[in-house]
Amino acid sequence: MTAAANGSTGLTRRRGAAVTGLGVVAPGGIGVRSWWEAMLRGETALGPVTRFDASGYPATLAGEVTGFADEDHVPAKLLPQTDRVTRLSLAAAAEALDDAGLEPRDLPDYAMGVVTANSTGGFEFGQRELQALWSKGRRHVGAYQSFAWFYAANSGQISIRHGLRGPSGVVVSEQAGGLDAVAQARRRLRAGVRAVLTGGFDSAVCPWGWTALLAAGGMSTRDDAERAYLPFDADACGHVAGEGGALLVLEEAGAARARGAAVLGTVEGCAATFDPAPGAGPPRLLAAARLALADARIGPADVDVVFADAAGERDADRAEARALAELFGPYGVAVTAPKSLTGRLGAGGSALDLAAALCALRDQVIPPTAGAVRVAGDCPVDLVRGAPRPARLRHALVLARGRGGFNAATVVRAAR
Amino acid sequence: MERFDRSELADLLREAAGGDEGAVLDEGALDTLFLDLGYDSLALLQVTGVIERDHDVVLDEEALAEAQTPRQYLDLVNGALAARAAA
Repeated sequence: MTAAANGSTGLTRRRGAAVTGLGVVAPGGIGVRSWWEAMLRGETALGPVTRFDASGYPATLAGEVTGFADEDHVPAKLLPQTDRVTRLSLAAAAEALDDAGLEPRDLPDYAMGVVTANSTGGFEFGQRELQALWSKGRRHVGAYQSFAWFYAANSGQISIRHGLRGPSGVVVSEQAGGLDAVAQARRRLRAGVRAVLTGGFDSAVCPWGWTALLAAGGMSTRDDAERAYLPFDADACGHVAGEGGALLVLEEAGAARARGAAVLGTVEGCAATFDPAPGAGPPRLLAAARLALADARIGPADVDVVFADAAGERDADRAEARALAELFGPYGVAVTAPKSLTGRLGAGGSALDLAAALCALRDQVIPPTAGAVRVAGDCPVDLVRGAPRPARLRHALVLARGRGGFNAATVVRAAR
Repeated sequence: MERFDRSELADLLREAAGGDEGAVLDEGALDTLFLDLGYDSLALLQVTGVIERDHDVVLDEEALAEAQTPRQYLDLVNGALAARAAA
């Protein structure tokens, strides 16, 4: 490792990006602790859709956030103008800032921003307004439809509620979004911003959202929660969609140290690539992984665990397994996919994987993939299944593929 | 003649922009700026849309922009209702 990457003194030292706070609202748990404990128990959070009657749809299972009482997390004045996804985001934002011990209003103005990812917008809110439009007429469409459905509503409401007036934005790249947002947040830190709240959230468990997710493809139509989403298994048949996500406080490392913040881990490498048109060349997930390692100035041997994209479709699983085998050697690194327990959460999925990677580095334990998965012979991956695996973990690599050709990779390192 | 009173406005504001059940616009609040009461321009846009729909009346946009307190707003709505009744 170079002196620069070690963060020792020198003119070439890069501005490090430290994670000092984490917030999670996901299938399995509201709050980092309850979600992480469910993940370590290897407990599936997949089950029949309860948020609407899905019995007439091809896919009837979901990873839902259960027990979320809006009024416990969202001020009453925000309820008429927020979709569910924004409410979930606001809850995670409050947890992350509290965990970081950071009160944005105590920082200089414009010192902290918010960059989130989202891929479906506020479907439930938008469906209600569209139904009003077509059943009652245009005068029944509310004013808040102007923004409540929008991808950027989460960043906007978080910014307003917590006074995060620094550089902010939204990233839309489906499942890759959570990682792409963190990369954008790190860019902002390097440009001089003190801290950024970042991550991703999605929620589309309503008839309109479900229809859109089904149209995007890849959803499992099985109704057995144990067998519906089996990444890297010869019996894989698609994925189960879920809702939720994670947000983290990314802070310039020097400033975090100076205020004595507890550092959960550091973001060392970020990369994104885009696939060629189908049939025009190989996918570029491997390239993203290599670029992220290069950005982190580490080699494959420095990586102790990979959080896989884990599409749950045979072709995509084989392609990812091949990429991992090429980079690390067949069965060359521990691989896990806790999303087999939560479902794929769109932009929230990769953010949640990043949260899982950070908790894994903190606790030196790899959370398991669903125990029902049997790794297929054509997927040469050392998959951690059924039970957590204690391990010495220095770096974790998180991979994500978003529908439409997005690939993203992030390297995080354990705090020292 | 049809009248639009403060309790109706209070109900619409609560539905549009949240707040406690049973909240009322008392005498003091009538002359307080909407912004200071916690209602922004979008909340008022929402309320205006409902009034126009339910009372079948069109409120003047420029006058709306200048109605910054509940009293001014009520005067505007009731003026429009009176003008319609007289027409």
